[in-house]
Amino acid sequence: MTPSKAIRWLLAVLALACVLALPSPAAAAPADEWGFRGLLRDGEKQPVSGAAVQVKDGDTVVGSDTTDDKGRWEIIPVPGPGTYTLTIDTTAASGHFAGDEYEVDKELVESPTTLPVLNVVVSTTESSQQVASFTDRLAQRAVSGFNLGLLIAIAAIGLSLVFGTSRFTNFAHGESVTFGGLTGFVLAHVLGLPLLLAAAVATVLGGFFGYAQDVAFWRPLRRRGVSLITLMIASIGISMAIRSLMQFSFGSASRGMTEESWGTVTLGPVVMPATSYAGMGISIVVLAGVGLWLKHGRIGKATRAIAGNTALAATSGVAVDKITRIVWVLAGALAALSGVLLGVFNQVSFDMGFNLLLLMFAGVILGGLGTSFGTLAGSIVVGLCTEILVLWIPADMKYVGGLAVLVIVLLVRPQGIFGRRERIG
Amino acid sequence: MDIIWNSLRELITPTTAAYALAAIGLNVHFGFTGLLNFGQAGFVAIGAYGFAISVMTFGFSTPLAIAVTLVLAAGYALLLGVPTLRLRADYLAIVTIAAAEIIRFALNSSAFAKWTGGANGLYNEYSGWLKGSNPYPSGVVTVGPWTFGSNDLWIATVDWLVVLLTAGAIYLLVRSPWGRVLKGIREDEHAMLSLGKNVNLYKLQALVIGGVIGAAAGILYVQPTSVQPFDFATRMTFNMYTMLILGGAATVFGPILGSMIFWVVMRFTDELVNLGVDGGLFDNVTQGSQLRFVLVGVALVLLVVFRPQGILGNRTELSFDAK
Amino acid sequence: MPSKRDPILVADRVHRHFAGVTAVDVDHVEMPRGKITALIGPNGAGKTTFFNLLTGFDKPQTGAWSFEGKPIAGLAPWQVARRGMVRTFQLTKVLGRLTVLENMLLGSKNQRGERLLPFFWRKQERSDSARALEILERFKLGAKAHDYAASLSGGQRKLLEMARAIMNEPSLVMLDEPMAGVNPALTQSLLHHIKDLKNQGMTVLFVEHDMHMVRYVADWVIVMAEGRIIAEGVPGEVLSSTAVVDAYLGAHHDTDLRELVREMEA
Repeated sequence: MTPSKAIRWLLAVLALACVLALPSPAAAAPADEWGFRGLLRDGEKQPVSGAAVQVKDGDTVVGSDTTDDKGRWEIIPVPGPGTYTLTIDTTAASGHFAGDEYEVDKELVESPTTLPVLNVVVSTTESSQQVASFTDRLAQRAVSGFNLGLLIAIAAIGLSLVFGTSRFTNFAHGESVTFGGLTGFVLAHVLGLPLLLAAAVATVLGGFFGYAQDVAFWRPLRRRGVSLITLMIASIGISMAIRSLMQFSFGSASRGMTEESWGTVTLGPVVMPATSYAGMGISIVVLAGVGLWLKHGRIGKATRAIAGNTALAATSGVAVDKITRIVWVLAGALAALSGVLLGVFNQVSFDMGFNLLLLMFAGVILGGLGTSFGTLAGSIVVGLCTEILVLWIPADMKYVGGLAVLVIVLLVRPQGIFGRRERIG
Repeated sequence: MDIIWNSLRELITPTTAAYALAAIGLNVHFGFTGLLNFGQAGFVAIGAYGFAISVMTFGFSTPLAIAVTLVLAAGYALLLGVPTLRLRADYLAIVTIAAAEIIRFALNSSAFAKWTGGANGLYNEYSGWLKGSNPYPSGVVTVGPWTFGSNDLWIATVDWLVVLLTAGAIYLLVRSPWGRVLKGIREDEHAMLSLGKNVNLYKLQALVIGGVIGAAAGILYVQPTSVQPFDFATRMTFNMYTMLILGGAATVFGPILGSMIFWVVMRFTDELVNLGVDGGLFDNVTQGSQLRFVLVGVALVLLVVFRPQGILGNRTELSFDAK
Repeated sequence: MPSKRDPILVADRVHRHFAGVTAVDVDHVEMPRGKITALIGPNGAGKTTFFNLLTGFDKPQTGAWSFEGKPIAGLAPWQVARRGMVRTFQLTKVLGRLTVLENMLLGSKNQRGERLLPFFWRKQERSDSARALEILERFKLGAKAHDYAASLSGGQRKLLEMARAIMNEPSLVMLDEPMAGVNPALTQSLLHHIKDLKNQGMTVLFVEHDMHMVRYVADWVIVMAEGRIIAEGVPGEVLSSTAVVDAYLGAHHDTDLRELVREMEA
């Protein structure tokens, strides 16, 4: 292949990528705006990465960012001079001060000798730390863990429905979650849609994304009658391709889902953003809806019949192809919803779904493959473990807790909490 | 023309050799035995870190460090294999990928930074033994159209020697009755059980052997460079699957050929991305290189579906859909 | 039920249920040594499940059985096979991407080269190959020795599976529906091979639907229905007993009765 031909070929791929890709996120603020830029370090002057930095004017969040691997955060624009509060949440950060929150007040002064953007160097030891008692922190973590568990469950139910009807473990399911998160980000952050509307639209688009995956990849592969192993490897390839495409268009940084703030809710020792409670409410309603649909709905029953015995369901007049398509749409929509809520709960990044995928596996296996109630219970246990273990293990090993649960379950009780032994042979 | 020669240089670089070796290990799992190991990167990481820490923290001699590292990898394989090999294929895939991620998170964590260097990784203060035995003249050595640093060339020589010796051993193993049992297990476990073969024991042996080869590849991988935790992400494993299926799974030379082609193509597209950056097509090199991994993913799907036998494989033997 | 002389396999109180539905509930059964025993019964009678239980491929809720006088309940399938009890499968399990000869060689017992660090196996491999080719010739598969097993027809796969089991030199061969899906032209030769196993001193237990075959080849017949053993005896008596006919008619109420009766009387 000559270089010019190769470049044209690459351009064609690029054009395709642009069709699929999301618009690039908003560019950094122009230099003549007011804002804070800074560097976060620990007591030993080592950079702290992955911490969430928020700038507040009183109780209103003005902007936020996450520190990169050099501990830096980019310009967070503010409306003008004044005193702002910088809060630094190290829940997802590297370092051994797991989950602590810091607050520090900084003043922007209008002066001919200083830049309008203030460079701030914050050390995690010198800022005023909010010290909470162990039980308070446990309560806070437990609520977060329950929230995370619900998000895992929403996405995992899609994964196990696909497993039931298509008979393979879809390693690309995490990318459907990321799709939801990134779409939500574009709608809420870039286009400035209200959060709830953005979540609803992203969920619908997620359904289309699931449908598109089925039409583009899985239905043709089913028709070819390829083996289970081929399907799983193909799903890995698809996962890799989509994830890289998302990294290409979104970049490697983690970003806040929205600038919209609903304030915080204080329940006893637990302080959470109101959006998290809204997210939990939505999760519970959606999970209950899916549960009822599976149990009583006509299509839901057909889905269960296929999961039980595909050949028998087909001979009893269940339209297997149609149900499978519906399951892919539903799985895509649920994953996207989970992605939006996860983005609100944590941050949006190109690999958020892939990281969640491993926790989904943990939830599904813990609950016992193929039982919806088990998936819910297993996911919540995994969510709780992931968040609560951060009280003892470093926050940059957060996911290790959830994954360790997976390994331990397989050692002790491979059929999960609610599973029957016959399913796993 | 420079682009072509620069790309072809990848045929013999130490990285290509290390990947080829790890892919040979993966081939013992996937190609010959049918074990779906989605966490070969975990074995490679154990090799790289096990060796570097043995030398740098504990001050072990090189042979002892290698021995300790390989024993560690064998232990890790047993830990994963004993509970999961009796379960369905998906479970091994899920557990290996989860365990590989646990390892990466732990190595990347600041909690163990005293030994692992955390996110910064480890500087190369462990390959003195190799550089000390370098027989090539110091400075720059010219090989055909390429120039190499003297140490790099020596490392490449040692790496390829290890790759060829391992390939030779695998050749003998898979042609023995033992290798035939592995292939039988890949085809049908129940049939093998009904003939009196202890299937789980063979699967465990295969998992350990392939994992130890993966760890050996990890030792080779970090000789020319430093140890970086990010290198051992899941992407490493799936690059290896792409190589393996490209070259031909269940063949002896498939993983080697696959690794060579993979890295030549990666280097070639890298050069194209550089042209693209010069021409204003991409903002920067990192962004452009993401697109290359889109291509790797697409290539993996196309290969496994349309040419599962790869280049060297035999269509009848290697279409995975025979069952 | 009187004890047979010197049974090779004795099973007691074997019970297996799936999610509350009883699949196998066998109180006591014995397999006569050196004979061909047929296990018959309507679909869903639990024949294959019983096979799976005896060979260790499935675990019962309760039950004990012994082979050659030694208890083998609870052993793994490969351990059962090593004791000399080798089975085939209803859906043939040939190793498709290995050659026919390789399939046969995997049947060979105690190949030293199958241990890790395989050395000094070539001599044994040569004698095994010679024996394998000889058996293949008998099964008319000699010409196919170097083809992939996946290229064989359904009937040839049945033959290969049986040949591979013989390669293992078992004392009890258990054949799960050896005739299912076999081209009628091959049926005679299969029957001949089964009789031949007995002549070589092996005991044979087989599951079958085809009454012609049972009558022609079996020395002893055991009838299962709804998981239980409802009758056993020599073929002539058992096949005309009312209990057996009832069991079949009960299960086959929507098939053509006349055809079935004709089949029983043939």
